[in-house]
Amino acid sequence: MTSVTGFSGRFWYWGSRLLAAAILVPLIVIFGAWLAPTTEVWGHLAATVLPTLIGNTLLLIVGVAMGTLLLGVSLAWLVSTCEFPGRRWFDWALMLPFALPTYVMAFVFLGLLDFQGPVQGLVREAFGLPMSWSVEVRHSASVLAIMVLVLYPYVYLLARVAFLKQGRAALEAAHTLGMTSWQSFFRIALPMARPAIIGGVSLAVMEALADFGAVAVFNYDTFTTAIYKSWFGFFDLNAASQLASLLLLFVFILLYLERYGRSRARFDEVGSSLDPRTYHLRGLRATAASTYCGLVLLLAFVIPMAQLLLWAHRWIDDLDFAYLSLLGNTLALGAMAAIATTAGGLVLAYALRRDTSWLTRASVRIGTLGYAIPGSVLAVAVMWSLSWIDHRVAEVWLWLTGTEATWLFVGGVFSLILAYFARFLALAFNPIDSALERVRPSVREAAQSLGFTGVRLVWRIYVPILRPGLLTAALLVLVDVMKEMPATMLLRPFGWDTLAVRIYGLSSEGLWERAALPSVALVAAGLIPVFLLVARGRR
Amino acid sequence: MKKLALLLLVLLAAQPVLMAADPVTLTLYSSRKAHLIEPVLELYTKQTGVQFNLHTGKPGPLLERLDAAGKNGGADVLLTVDAGNLWHAAQRGLLVPIDSEALTQSVPVALRDPENHWFGLSKRARTLAYNTEKLSPDEFSSYEDLADPKWRGRLCLRTSKKVYNQSLVATLIAHHDVEKAEEIVKGWVANLAAEPFSNDTKALQAVAMGQCDVTIVNSYYFGRLMRKEPDLKLALFWPNQDSQGVHVNISGGGLLKISPHPEEAKTFLEWLAQPEAQSLFAELNLEYPVREDVPPASEVQAWGEFRDDSLNLAEASRLQADAVRLMDRAGYR
Repeated sequence: MTSVTGFSGRFWYWGSRLLAAAILVPLIVIFGAWLAPTTEVWGHLAATVLPTLIGNTLLLIVGVAMGTLLLGVSLAWLVSTCEFPGRRWFDWALMLPFALPTYVMAFVFLGLLDFQGPVQGLVREAFGLPMSWSVEVRHSASVLAIMVLVLYPYVYLLARVAFLKQGRAALEAAHTLGMTSWQSFFRIALPMARPAIIGGVSLAVMEALADFGAVAVFNYDTFTTAIYKSWFGFFDLNAASQLASLLLLFVFILLYLERYGRSRARFDEVGSSLDPRTYHLRGLRATAASTYCGLVLLLAFVIPMAQLLLWAHRWIDDLDFAYLSLLGNTLALGAMAAIATTAGGLVLAYALRRDTSWLTRASVRIGTLGYAIPGSVLAVAVMWSLSWIDHRVAEVWLWLTGTEATWLFVGGVFSLILAYFARFLALAFNPIDSALERVRPSVREAAQSLGFTGVRLVWRIYVPILRPGLLTAALLVLVDVMKEMPATMLLRPFGWDTLAVRIYGLSSEGLWERAALPSVALVAAGLIPVFLLVARGRR
Repeated sequence: MKKLALLLLVLLAAQPVLMAADPVTLTLYSSRKAHLIEPVLELYTKQTGVQFNLHTGKPGPLLERLDAAGKNGGADVLLTVDAGNLWHAAQRGLLVPIDSEALTQSVPVALRDPENHWFGLSKRARTLAYNTEKLSPDEFSSYEDLADPKWRGRLCLRTSKKVYNQSLVATLIAHHDVEKAEEIVKGWVANLAAEPFSNDTKALQAVAMGQCDVTIVNSYYFGRLMRKEPDLKLALFWPNQDSQGVHVNISGGGLLKISPHPEEAKTFLEWLAQPEAQSLFAELNLEYPVREDVPPASEVQAWGEFRDDSLNLAEASRLQADAVRLMDRAGYR
């Protein structure tokens, strides 16, 4: 238990509780929907679409988990422990798809592959097939493929860092014990990297669960579809919140089971992170490795970008000075959210180690699941919480001054940043938490004996040690906030239109080709933090 | 330096006066896309000096934000597409009735709220589009007819999640009854040539390329596509001319209860119903003006004349949730 005396003691005590409340309150609002009676929307959904939706959603979870796991881990293993032509280049290039929003990827691929697209047209021409020949691409396999191609970078990034950190020593020890390279991968490297890999996979799955853009483009119905149907079709936001809370509960159970399965196994890293590249691939194997990496990169980045650029070129006249402000807003919101979420994540991760209070622990555990909730639902919950405060403040203000107050939070940048914080804490928390995990308790004891305590201890000792983890957290949040659409749509203050908002305005009208220009701008802006992300990991 | 300071002081002192002389700024919440409104707003600003704050978004979240804001929100006007969204805003008590002869005289009865909470400002027709290479117009008659087995494997539709289809099915419920409407929708689903599309343009392209023969779309999507690719073998057909007429919907507006400038907002809405604004507002999106005395753009006129469904849109809006349920039961995704 932490002591509550002194300024810094109180800072941690109240700071961590305030942040915990900031995440927990919107979630409580969502669960609070159960206080209202359930409506007939439930009966209707259960009798009609729900069984299919649940099936589709389970398929999505399993497919995205397996796909990102296979792709992310295999690529990370190749670039971090093997040597083959182009490796240095693939090392960072494979992270590029992270800059592409899922919804953009979806409409690009549909445009390329559907009945009317160039691919089927070429096939018809090449084989002399009649116009009526077609392949329906709008089914589950395509949705899964697209999700995996966009979301594998989460697993890749985290697994890669984990493999690099394991160092050469563990693998060499395995080798001297007579293990083959496959054996040492499955019996040493994989179990050691498991927490990181699971962290990546769960981020990918949660993002897939919350997604509405890509599934809407493919008209693929998931649980999120039911949430939005309740809201936009029946105007029953309460039923929508109830459904969202079930989604949250489901993810909670899933992650709890995983944690339980991992039980108490603990892996300490041996040796330093010397260059772990142990396997020099030659001949056929080297070619296979290069081809595999190249193919993934081609599908996940080169092809969609080429198509986007082609479309953007056709609508280049749309480019005007407004894009500067859209870009500026996108970057500004991303930067503010990144700083706020990283700082908040650090306070919470540190507080978890110093303060075992129920509230903090529960908030962090549950708060990091908020990532699975569809953005609009979480954003509305944040808005309701803040508007409640606004109304109370306005009442007090009226009583004090006799004049009407204007909005304090809702409609301001703060509310949006808070929504980002609640949504993206999961992204920031994992890298910070695992970085903190590696700081030995002796460091803190030594620092304390030198008179560093509280905020000063964190600022002077922890922040420098944790810098890589903090930077990863900030960059992840930055990129994801730039791509974020629903919360930004709802809570942005006047004049704060972002590139994602522009994409929505065009793509929701079916003007996908015209939406390519803001998409290209968004990807280009997102590439900078992505570059930093990998460049940092390489050092 | 002293002079500069003095000047600054005077400016500071004069600021309240200057601000009082400022024209008002109206705050608009809109689910109609920014690029389809901004030119109209610019024209109004040029004519009157009134400035605008435009906040665009999806209708559902917009209503939540308005509701959460309460009286401190400072929003004046709600503009949305589809009468259903305006109807819901009125149901939630977000809109106040507008007592305006200018509006009631300009906007036909079917396209406005019977209690004057909202008014249509542009009209869109949801009609049939067919492949002219394969079919001639005499093969079509009505929405209902598309449920006939002769269309098996020849129909394309947009997803039932789009409000435009929900409104159309709501009018089918109003003109027939739930059972009959469900039968029609089931017939459509049985006739589908491909899974429902996520937007009207995709459905039109599918028809143009021969994946299917006919689809149901909003006329302006047809206009946009033909502008870009004039050689497409596509044409519109106006169905139900012997029965209820073509299903039309609106993009429209209402005055928000929390508006700090109700008079100015009302004047603005009235201006939108005037011929000049009507022309521009409709033309921007290749829609039809709601005023019968204002002709649509010549490009739109070329699609021919038709008779609208005279069912009041408030009634269609009331039945919209029933329509969603019905489409779920019929397996229309």
